[in-house]
Amino acid sequence: MKNFLTSSIGKKLVMGITGVSLIGFLVVHCYINSLIFLPDGIRRFTEAGHFMGTNPIIRTLEIGLFAGIILHIVQGLMLTVQNKSKRPVGYNVSPGNKSSKWYSRSMGLLGTLILLFLVMHISHFWVPNRYSQHFGSGYEINLYEKMEMVFQDPIVVLVYVLGCISLAWHLLHGFWSAFQTLGLYTPRYAPLIKGLGTAFSIIVPLIFIAMPVAFYFGWLPPASSYVPSH
Amino acid sequence: MEHYNMNLTLKVWRQQNAQSQGAFETYSVKEISSEMSFLEMFDVLNEQLIHEGKEPITFDHDCREGICGACSMHINGQAHGPWHETTTCQLHMRAFKDGDTIVVEPWRAAAFPVIKDLMVDRTAFDRIIQAGGYISVNTGNAQDANNLPIAKDKADESFAAATCIGCGACVASCKNASASLFLSAKVAHLALLPQGDAERKTRVLNMVEQMDKEGFGACTNTGACEAECPKGISIMNIRRLNAEYIRAGLSGSIAK
Repeated sequence: MKNFLTSSIGKKLVMGITGVSLIGFLVVHCYINSLIFLPDGIRRFTEAGHFMGTNPIIRTLEIGLFAGIILHIVQGLMLTVQNKSKRPVGYNVSPGNKSSKWYSRSMGLLGTLILLFLVMHISHFWVPNRYSQHFGSGYEINLYEKMEMVFQDPIVVLVYVLGCISLAWHLLHGFWSAFQTLGLYTPRYAPLIKGLGTAFSIIVPLIFIAMPVAFYFGWLPPASSYVPSH
Repeated sequence: MEHYNMNLTLKVWRQQNAQSQGAFETYSVKEISSEMSFLEMFDVLNEQLIHEGKEPITFDHDCREGICGACSMHINGQAHGPWHETTTCQLHMRAFKDGDTIVVEPWRAAAFPVIKDLMVDRTAFDRIIQAGGYISVNTGNAQDANNLPIAKDKADESFAAATCIGCGACVASCKNASASLFLSAKVAHLALLPQGDAERKTRVLNMVEQMDKEGFGACTNTGACEAECPKGISIMNIRRLNAEYIRAGLSGSIAK
């Protein structure tokens, strides 16, 4: 038991468990942010955002989320480096895409691209919001207005789109792979997991991409059109 | 299939021993029959080298029937060459055409050091088996057939896993040089049968520990092993290996 999580399979279990948790986070994140596309979306999104930013249970889970992300990143990078060292002399002719998909072999690279995007993303929204709550006005910032402002810059929009595309490829392998690692990808559930994983990997990043793009092209109502009722 | 002869250029990895620096040597072979196996083509080349007073190329082979797992060779970027579910001895020269250049390399993995030329040391697999790939429970005298009821699907799955010949193509093909497919086949083969059930927990923990000690990488589920396995061992066995590992770990069993 002492090596349970540190053996080669154990390390992969850590990746799988944190990976599935992060998929769970993406569901919530995607759901709440996509409220902006609904009628009366600014109010719906602002209320949901307020709940997520102030509810003590959610704020506690947030600590777990950060721990999970950091564990996933550190363990992932370490595994990538360790696995690479297991073949010190490479092949002259590599098999390329004959026997495996490029994105399944590029999880470390895709993950690193997502990490770079994440640093920018967190500094755009999460950091100023928490700063304002704890060190500034004591309230949250207007996140809708913030999005509207941030997504005026075409370079930022492009980085977000590329970040989400990296996420899509990462998920396309990571989703089913996590279930395989956790021993749950049984023949009975394999088609369901694979199908669900593929749909998830395409739909969720597309919804995320739609946000910066919609703000940039001005398809969404301006933040100034919303007057809080209280 | 129509018979034809071909002239080929071969780029073969030559390495004196584990310590020395190897390099590719280029050879040409003429009038190779399309009906030869790949190893027979190498026999022709080696005869040629002996006639020229040069040292023949060292490569592993034994049964030449596709069942022993001795032959290796990474041929044009693929373990055992371009054909699906085929060992090198069963790869025939009709897979190639006149004028082709074929690059032949040894298995590349830290856990499989080169002994000489195309021959690598695969005893790491033996040590993994020694760590638990057997049963030590007393099964008594041979019983009547069907005394132990085993469901057909379990028997089939176990047999499919047992067809692993331990050639190491999975390690050679995996970008992480992981032995997961090999190990999973051995674990699944025994875990599915009542004879193997008694020791399934310590078996999986011991074998995983040995695999890690040997210096194989971790599985990242790329599926390259399954695609290159000459026996078509399914990565569903790796799913089972993971499940066995979790079950053993959570039950508090320890590797001995």
